[in-house]
Amino acid sequence: MSGERFLQGNEACAEGALAAGARFFAGYPITPSSEIGEILSRRLPRVGGKFIQMEDEMSSLAAVIGASLGGLKALTATSGPGFSLMQENLGFAAAAEIPCVIVEVQRAGPSTGQPTSPSQGDVMQARWGTHGDHPIIVLAPSSVREFFNLTVRAFNLSEKYRTPVIVLADEVIAHMREKIALPAPGEIEVFDRMKPTVPPEWYFPFDDTTEVPPLASFGQGYRFNVTGVYHDKAGFPTMRPDEIEPWFERIFAKIEHHLDDIVEVEREMMEDAEIALVAYGASARSARSAMHAAREKDLKVGLVKLKTLWPFAEAAIDRVARKVGRIIVPEMNRGQVRLEVERVVAGRARVLGVNRYDGEIISPAQILSAIEE
Amino acid sequence: MCFVSQLRRRKGWRNMAERYEIRLAGLGGQGLLLAGLLLAEAAAIHEGKHAVQTQSYAPYARGGASASEVIISDKEIDYPRAQRPDIVVVLSQEAYDKYFRDLRNDGMLIVDSSTVEHIDTSKAYFYETYMVPLTEMARQATGREMTASMVALGVIAGLTDIVSQESLMAAITTRAPKGTADINKRAVQAGIDAANKLREGVVEE
Repeated sequence: MSGERFLQGNEACAEGALAAGARFFAGYPITPSSEIGEILSRRLPRVGGKFIQMEDEMSSLAAVIGASLGGLKALTATSGPGFSLMQENLGFAAAAEIPCVIVEVQRAGPSTGQPTSPSQGDVMQARWGTHGDHPIIVLAPSSVREFFNLTVRAFNLSEKYRTPVIVLADEVIAHMREKIALPAPGEIEVFDRMKPTVPPEWYFPFDDTTEVPPLASFGQGYRFNVTGVYHDKAGFPTMRPDEIEPWFERIFAKIEHHLDDIVEVEREMMEDAEIALVAYGASARSARSAMHAAREKDLKVGLVKLKTLWPFAEAAIDRVARKVGRIIVPEMNRGQVRLEVERVVAGRARVLGVNRYDGEIISPAQILSAIEE
Repeated sequence: MCFVSQLRRRKGWRNMAERYEIRLAGLGGQGLLLAGLLLAEAAAIHEGKHAVQTQSYAPYARGGASASEVIISDKEIDYPRAQRPDIVVVLSQEAYDKYFRDLRNDGMLIVDSSTVEHIDTSKAYFYETYMVPLTEMARQATGREMTASMVALGVIAGLTDIVSQESLMAAITTRAPKGTADINKRAVQAGIDAANKLREGVVEE
């Protein structure tokens, strides 16, 4: 499927999943993410894949984890209320190092909130929603094209680092339609997980002598244990501190040692900027409009768009803090990413939030008035 | 009997503008989403422009005020919603009450006179306002009221140069749901015919 098409964000996400090699989807429909499952229910069987509508979101992610252990690239799609129910299994996937992709299309919350209204209120939930210290990768698209690209990237990163990856979209990007030229198969980079090359009796699925141990698929002759309990290199429960600590260090190191590969930001008009906008998702679009409006008034404003939300883009924000006097963080929540920006800036520049949480998209005018203050 | 009328025509519609914002507003189930999609597809795929289509809607499938918005521009589009729409089409009283107030002063308001009973005529005179019985025309042209949004597209294509009639018909051919292309084309044609009458100054059929 290539050539120029006019697609919805959720359609582009489904196309991205297929292009990345996803062959399993389990989910429970929820607005504003439902189209992803709907499309994959038709498309997956045609490419030899499987679609299952589960009884709820807990079982959905459980099925995805099982499919991934069976060797398939697997995903689920949900929104805030469903994502809340997935937190337990999200922690399991992080601890057991199971590659999988969770697409979360944010809607207004908390609780049922407003199903058809946009929000960006789940940034911190995506980072810390499951209990315990754990590594996670979270990507945020701000266009239909990016929803495709970042879904492919989510699979690649999850396969490469044996970790769950969350694509944190929002209702605006999920439901808007834009022109997109889908790349032909072979035009995009697709990464497949490392498989063991040693014989089964020598295989350790949680070998701490390597950052990302190869992952055998169940049913291929490699028998191993998978558990959420602290485990040794073979996957069996352990209470030995000398086994727990290296495991803990490794699952963080495998992400933290590769920030250059994982953390992606886009800078625009930052060369001469005196004011920086730091934005992501739908808010980044409003911020870009505001930036252009400000430039027409000869205000030196630049934009730093975060395409990776977690791990946080500390190096990029540090660079901004050295350069500008004022940083404005527009968000459709009460300032979740602003807290991170403030942490990194540590008083070197003024950090202001521009926030909207009434179920509508943050407007360029609202951001422009903060710029002009 | 179908009446089409123009409450006021301002000196000139802004043809050849760099950016147009169009809002189709009504109730869930009136085909607003498909109409917005086809208008945007006509501009984006068949005329090579930039286009973004968004929607705001109530969480139920039918009923509830909802709107489909289309931005068409020669340049890349960032903010995806209409800020000051150039055209607003209202297909229900609730949509009229809720969705036309931010229309540009030189904008175009198309009111479905078969569903909207009360309009503020003092306000109407600020805009180029057309009263078109979109739902009634849809019923006559296709037998389906939900093609009223498609009639509205025909009116837009007939009165403005935002998209050509050919591009609109081409978008319907390639993108309308299977088996509905003919019906949708008939509805659009009814709108184009009404627009031609409006242009010629015929106010009554």
